[in-house]
Amino acid sequence: MEKITTHSGVAAPLKRSNVDTDQIIPAVYLKRVTRSGFEDGLFAAWRNDPEFVLNQDAYRDATILIAGPDFGTGSSREHAVWALQNYGFKAVISSRFGDIFRGNSGKSGLLAAEVDEKVVQALWDFVEANPGAPVTVDLESRTVSAGEGVDRIEDSFSIDDYTRWRLLEGLDDVAITLSHEDDITAYEAKRPSFKPATI
Amino acid sequence: MGKTMAEKIWDDHVVRSHAGEPDLLYIDLHLIHEVTSPQAFDGLRLSGRSVRRPDLTLATEDHNIPTTDLDKPIADIVSRTQVETLRRNAEEFGVRLYPMGNLDQGIVHVVGPQLGLTQPGMTVVCGDSHTSTHGAFGSIAFGIGTSEVEHVLATQSLSQAKPKMMAVEVTGALQPGTTAKDLILALIAQETTGGGQGYIVEYRGEAIEALTMEERMTVCNMSIEWGAKAGLIAPDETTFEFVKGRQHAPTGAEWDAAVQYWKSLVTDDDAHFDKVVTIDASTITPFVTWGTNPGQGVPLSASVPDPATIEDANERVAAERALEYMGLTAGTPMRDIDVDTVFIGSCTNGRISDLRRAAELIEGRKVADNTRILVVPGSVRVRLQAEEEGLDVIFKEAGAEWRGAGCSMCLGMNPDTLVPGERSASTSNRNFEGRQGKGGRTHLVSPDVAVATGVLGHLASPADLPPVPATAGV
Ligand code: SF4
Repeated sequence: MEKITTHSGVAAPLKRSNVDTDQIIPAVYLKRVTRSGFEDGLFAAWRNDPEFVLNQDAYRDATILIAGPDFGTGSSREHAVWALQNYGFKAVISSRFGDIFRGNSGKSGLLAAEVDEKVVQALWDFVEANPGAPVTVDLESRTVSAGEGVDRIEDSFSIDDYTRWRLLEGLDDVAITLSHEDDITAYEAKRPSFKPATI
Repeated sequence: MGKTMAEKIWDDHVVRSHAGEPDLLYIDLHLIHEVTSPQAFDGLRLSGRSVRRPDLTLATEDHNIPTTDLDKPIADIVSRTQVETLRRNAEEFGVRLYPMGNLDQGIVHVVGPQLGLTQPGMTVVCGDSHTSTHGAFGSIAFGIGTSEVEHVLATQSLSQAKPKMMAVEVTGALQPGTTAKDLILALIAQETTGGGQGYIVEYRGEAIEALTMEERMTVCNMSIEWGAKAGLIAPDETTFEFVKGRQHAPTGAEWDAAVQYWKSLVTDDDAHFDKVVTIDASTITPFVTWGTNPGQGVPLSASVPDPATIEDANERVAAERALEYMGLTAGTPMRDIDVDTVFIGSCTNGRISDLRRAAELIEGRKVADNTRILVVPGSVRVRLQAEEEGLDVIFKEAGAEWRGAGCSMCLGMNPDTLVPGERSASTSNRNFEGRQGKGGRTHLVSPDVAVATGVLGHLASPADLPPVPATAGV
């Protein structure tokens, strides 16, 4: 996985709450057996609408998404994260994420930055007043920022320490766990024999 | 201080615990299906890893598979590729797979309990958010993403931060005509879709204890719909009775040891819950959703709510959008909403008891003109059991369609989808925009409401049905 430290880019305001994973990528687009190519399905139901934020020139090349609360609720499909990444997104900012979505983001290297609802509103206002102006998500200092001078927005976001560390280092989760293989083997040795097996 | 049931199970599965890091949890059962696993197996291949415990892993085909023409290859080539990829992966990595045509094929959350693989005190994961279903047995069961599927395949463990603990106290008793589905829909409406976020939820109280195992699965299935990490119910005699004698259930002295352990998995009197919510089951009546998330629901006797009366700005905008998508006007009585399609099935309500209940209600009646009912059993064994009891004949005589087993119209990955604007009453768990097909409009309901709706052509409860004509059954 690529290391993430800080990212600056165009941020698109997705002014909707409860954008579930079926909205991020509908089930019919989940049939690929690779990790790439899912950008076609991203927000499929809205992509043909000229008014949709990603169809506006200023936000077409957005790499940061600023979404309403409860982003990524619903299904466990990691394809939702891949679709965002395949499209070019590096980070999503929201005041609340679906649990599994946030977990999947951490594993796949998409930065899910949880901020206060007021910060979302301030960022929405900022990017609408300054379409195309960069927003910065800094994982090292755990801050989101945008603008300059009196209009400058800078606030902290929350992400758990462990995920932050893994993202900063670009570490492979499986390899970390396999370094504790002795513990797994020791645990297995004392598992009760009444536990079921599938074979 | 005492522990909650979930804390006991959690602690019993900690492989490694280190300050500042999530716990490494051992996984007792890993269920797999065709949609969320291909990239995980690819990851294993790329790094030259194997499946650590094929004997704790089980794969089934459910999301993509058709429910008609079961003797032919899958017509949709992309779906077929995904299913064939699973078959290849299962073969290569030595994982047991129940493919189409096998007696044990079905929706992954129906198959696990049916085989007796889901038991109390376990950790169960699957690349599917409705894994919470298995919590009905008193297990910690939750959905994971594909990276985590790969992690579990390679290590049989998962690093997880310990969630907070919540108790849902369900007081009173469900009234006749009201089901476990109505209970969970009412709870989600009360707590909203984010209410359970960050918690493992224990459903308890007399109404929960009175539920059958299949009803408990309906409740736990929808834990994820209000954001909970997992939902579980203390194992009791009802649980043991259900597990006993199943293919993978322990026997003899092993059974005794297991039951002894399972009985210890109750929340201690002095355990601490971070949050407690209460709902009175006796006040719940048949419940339906009007919007595009499972929290947007009302009693069937109510009307479509007016967004203007919603205080929270985000909720208000969401409600306005939902009404527009659903093609509904505020103030319309729910019973006045005409429905084109009724879907009875899914991992929420596609079990034998659901089908029995539905068949009993539809017997001697007819599906309304302009409405269709699709009945899709949750597994091949459920289908065969239903056919043995003659339920298929009852459905077909009423004019309903009787199908093969799978996820089907719950998510519309196979040919069973709604067309734009088509309205359904569905016993599944998600009414998201486009969930059952692009532009489709979904009302979540119980099997009872589904049948009454199919017979009358508009949202309705069994109490609205005229008596069965006297000639019925002759
Ligand atoms: S029936 Fe629906 S909710 Fe259940 S596993 Fe299948 S697609 Fe998911």
